[in-house]
Amino acid sequence: MLLSIRSLTKAFPGTRALDDVDFDVAAGEVHALLGENGAGKSTLIKCLTGAYQRDAGTIALDGARIDPRSTSQAQELGIGTVYQEVNLLPNLTVAQNLMFGREPRRFGLVDSRRTRVVAQAMLQQYGLDINVDRDLGTYSVAIQQIVAIARAVSLSGKVLILDEPTASLDRREVEMVFDVVRDLRDRGLGIVFVSHFLDQVFELTDRVTILRNGRKIVTETTSNLNRMSLIEHMLGRALEDAVSETHDHGKAAAPRMLQFDGIGRAGVIDPFDMTVGQGEVVGLAGLLGSGRTETAEMLFGLRQSQGGQARDVDGPLDLRNPRAAIGAGFGFAPEDRKTDGIVADLSVRQNIILGLQARRGWARPVPRAEQNRLADDYIRKLDIRTSDREKPIGELSGGNQQKAVLARWLAMNPRFLILDEPTRGIDVGAHAEILRLIEDLTAQGMSVLVISSEIDELVAVADRVIVLRDRRHVAELTGAEVTGDRIMRAIADEAAA
Amino acid sequence: MTLLTRIAPQLIALAALIALVSVFFPGFLAVEFSGGRLVGPVIDVLKRSAPVALLSVGMTLVIATRGIDLSVGAIMAICGASAALAISSGLGLAPALLIALAAGALAGLWNGVLVAVVGIQPFVATLILMTMGRGVAQLITEGRILTFTDAGFGWLGSGVLLGMPVPTWIWVVTAAAVALVVRRTALGLLIEAVGVNRRASALAGVNATVLLIAVYVASGLCAALAGIVETADIRGADANNAGLWLELDAILAVVIGGNSLLGGRFSIIASILGALIIQTIGTGILLAGFPSEYNLVIKAGLVLIILILQSPRIAAEWSLWRDSHRVEPRQRSRI
Amino acid sequence: MNTRALPLYATIAIFLLAYLLAWTQFPNILSTRVLGNLLTDNAYLGIVAVGMTLVILSGGIDLSVGSVIAFSGVFIAVVLRDTGLHPLVVFALLLLLTTAFGAGMGFLIDRLAMPAFIVTLAGMFLARGAAYMLSIQSVPIQHPFFQTLQGAYYLMPGKGRLTLIGVLMLLVVALGMVIAHRTRFGASVYALGGGEQTARLMGVRQGRTTVLVYAFSGAMAGLSGIVFSVYTGSGYSLATVGTELTAIAAVVIGGTLLSGGAGYVLGTLVGVLTMGLIQTYIVFDGSLSSWWTKIVIGLLLLVFILLQKGLLKLSGSRLARGAA
Repeated sequence: MLLSIRSLTKAFPGTRALDDVDFDVAAGEVHALLGENGAGKSTLIKCLTGAYQRDAGTIALDGARIDPRSTSQAQELGIGTVYQEVNLLPNLTVAQNLMFGREPRRFGLVDSRRTRVVAQAMLQQYGLDINVDRDLGTYSVAIQQIVAIARAVSLSGKVLILDEPTASLDRREVEMVFDVVRDLRDRGLGIVFVSHFLDQVFELTDRVTILRNGRKIVTETTSNLNRMSLIEHMLGRALEDAVSETHDHGKAAAPRMLQFDGIGRAGVIDPFDMTVGQGEVVGLAGLLGSGRTETAEMLFGLRQSQGGQARDVDGPLDLRNPRAAIGAGFGFAPEDRKTDGIVADLSVRQNIILGLQARRGWARPVPRAEQNRLADDYIRKLDIRTSDREKPIGELSGGNQQKAVLARWLAMNPRFLILDEPTRGIDVGAHAEILRLIEDLTAQGMSVLVISSEIDELVAVADRVIVLRDRRHVAELTGAEVTGDRIMRAIADEAAA
Repeated sequence: MTLLTRIAPQLIALAALIALVSVFFPGFLAVEFSGGRLVGPVIDVLKRSAPVALLSVGMTLVIATRGIDLSVGAIMAICGASAALAISSGLGLAPALLIALAAGALAGLWNGVLVAVVGIQPFVATLILMTMGRGVAQLITEGRILTFTDAGFGWLGSGVLLGMPVPTWIWVVTAAAVALVVRRTALGLLIEAVGVNRRASALAGVNATVLLIAVYVASGLCAALAGIVETADIRGADANNAGLWLELDAILAVVIGGNSLLGGRFSIIASILGALIIQTIGTGILLAGFPSEYNLVIKAGLVLIILILQSPRIAAEWSLWRDSHRVEPRQRSRI
Repeated sequence: MNTRALPLYATIAIFLLAYLLAWTQFPNILSTRVLGNLLTDNAYLGIVAVGMTLVILSGGIDLSVGSVIAFSGVFIAVVLRDTGLHPLVVFALLLLLTTAFGAGMGFLIDRLAMPAFIVTLAGMFLARGAAYMLSIQSVPIQHPFFQTLQGAYYLMPGKGRLTLIGVLMLLVVALGMVIAHRTRFGASVYALGGGEQTARLMGVRQGRTTVLVYAFSGAMAGLSGIVFSVYTGSGYSLATVGTELTAIAAVVIGGTLLSGGAGYVLGTLVGVLTMGLIQTYIVFDGSLSSWWTKIVIGLLLLVFILLQKGLLKLSGSRLARGAA
């Protein structure tokens, strides 16, 4: 084995990001590393490249144990990485990027002619004949990606980690990058390929390892797997126990409250139509990158729709920006609560009343007694674990921060609440509480849109599930159709095309 | 956290400073009542701190939004010049003051639009006005020192009301009014929210753009008041020197007040105490017989010390060091 | 065509166009005499702007340079007045001092992880305060060596004077071009300005580069102070107030991105000459007052910042389209 990882474990406060994971890469192999957000892929890669220090386990390269402490050290050992972005510098020329830090010099000054010649020769190995004196940023992402691969390989040369290298490439460009990857494989490199495009995994890779919640689920030869089994492993649900009908999916006949026609934006999400009934829970299912979050951002006015119309029973709605959407009675608890949700230095109380206060305007403050009552109320109702309501919210755990953000919206009593991954990174107990809460809210007439990578969760709460794939709404499942089996088939279906 | 514990460090620093100055100049705290007015070094401090105290009120709000306003000195010059020009061309006191305030608001609006709408970094946006503003002020005064004799205007700078200098009343009333407005309404909370996390606040429905513009306008208005007081005090508008270097004093007052340059929670009262500390240092240097040239260096040194204390990296390293030296490690709740 | 060079081409075009317009009004403006004066009068600005170019390329800013120039002048004048040291020794001492001062600021910026503008703002007041402490009054310099320096020039055809300090400025620009474009340090500066995180991943030593960049800027400010003292023949602690903005404006007008990572040292020279031309025009015109210079430069700076923002948006949307 070229690279051999045993019992790798890495914990962060509150979560165990990697738990006893084994992972091998052979020379001349492309090995896919798969998993949803939070499965532990990036933690594994960071432990490999020295960005994180592992808590336990061993890493061996060519049979010798290694302990990379920094990216550059990992590089010297032979492990190079190419990321989706944050890669090279678009403001330097191609040649400068390739040769950065080891430019040939003459009389102490950089010899730009030789830099150029060496860079040109290096790229020719990859079948790339471009003007290396132009800024890297002026070239297509595919060429930038190949330049990044060329630099990484020339610096390290044993193991190449490709972290979502094709996320922003079109079909033809993907082919270009794949040709390069295959060529490197044939030259005997071990390649780790991280991607959420399953068809690319089938097309390119020899073996697959799937992680979920920090554990290794399976390592298998790619040709022994099919699309369905891959998704099962990733989403963590065997089709046999698809019947966990705790929820009655019979509210599809709920009175229609909101209607969206032709909402969409080029390059973000294809135009879609959608209706939401009163007291209905609509689920959005799909793999990472399928356009789930983008759909939510469109509905909340965070991204502008090109054309299309939103309306309720009284007429058209204005969703120009978040403030307009809030005015229309919408609420949105985003996925990344650290950057988009909480205001870290402010107290739990202030975070909870922030939305309410913003809607009332600055001149009409929520009276302090009312603030205290609201805060205490939601701290109790949502079981927010905090010593008191005046504690800065940044000091709470992730799950409790999430509940406080939820409380902010509940205090505003919206008619349509969008929850993007409401249970991500939350312990099991809180998880169930939040799902129960969603049921309670809809019982009171609120409509909810839930985005989740966990099929179980959608089956448990949603009356209707819309399935997305490749930035398109591809299927809608209603009533009895809302089963784990059907959702997964819809996600998998035709993805090969 | 109650107000008293919040401003305790500033109060202690001020008290210690007064004690120190009293050692060099024993009569520092002596106050006499003569000729209908209070006289003494302390009263002088309360009067002379007016420009910086006024500027620090606006600067506190700007810094709370994670911004900075380097143009306040130049705005003082513009507003002082406008007021002097208006009064010397016979417009009367009230119109002159209104013109000066309007000029300050306009300057603030310019800054606010560049920052909030155009999206230029605050220090760059206000740097433009910092230099351009002096040119505008010189344009108004046509390069001369505009003097005037209006007694009513002069009273704003050197008059006495109820025994106290008028400039003192102006900053006390302004600071109290602004502090009251931001705390009795929701403005304070919204400003802090935008300063800590503009994106999350906007997602929660806070109109961050309007709020940012308003904060720079407030800073412009405070600078206008400061410009009026200074112009009235010397009975003339000097476009070159009015408000020169005061932007640092204002920033310094805010950071001495324990407000973070990285935005967020703020206290106007603490900033005012910071302004008093700065003026006490300035007056103290004079009274103790040191040359006033030491002033700038001492202040610059103070800024650097406070920067080191505020630095997120130093704080992180300090807490690491402290934790590693603690006998029984405590479970840290912060992630 | 490279969109990043667009502001530079725009500057060169504006400079030539402005010169042409000025020439139609005042034919005298196209003479070696005016050209020579343009170089001499803006020598101190050109030198300090080269240092500022590197700082801005690295993604930082140095607000202290105007004060450092004033301090340098006072330092030279006071030391020459009070000691018997040769001016060249004084120059060396001063350059050592200002370089160390710049390095200190760079060190603080890197170690404290605080915004550069606030640290260098403190530096601005510190240097100005130090100048005050040396002398409040303007101190004349009467050393014979200074007269030699001031009298050193090459008489160009048309009676224009190519002075020593003018030539020094051109040499500094050449030095800046070599450092920025032909050394690994220069590449690191561009890399930092392009993105700190990526630069670190590519092996840039961020702390060392930051310290060196501000040290270079401090050295250039010191050299500029020397030139300014030769130019004015005195040291005055209230001199060159606001020069930092003029230098920043020259850099930005010269096509360097204020957010860092892209630009040309040569462009800065064009930026400096453009501003010199504005000043010359105002002098030639005679009816315009000097304060218009400040206003016009401020506006020009704003226009170029807006132009850059527009260009960034343009290339950003193009990239997004390519990425979609």
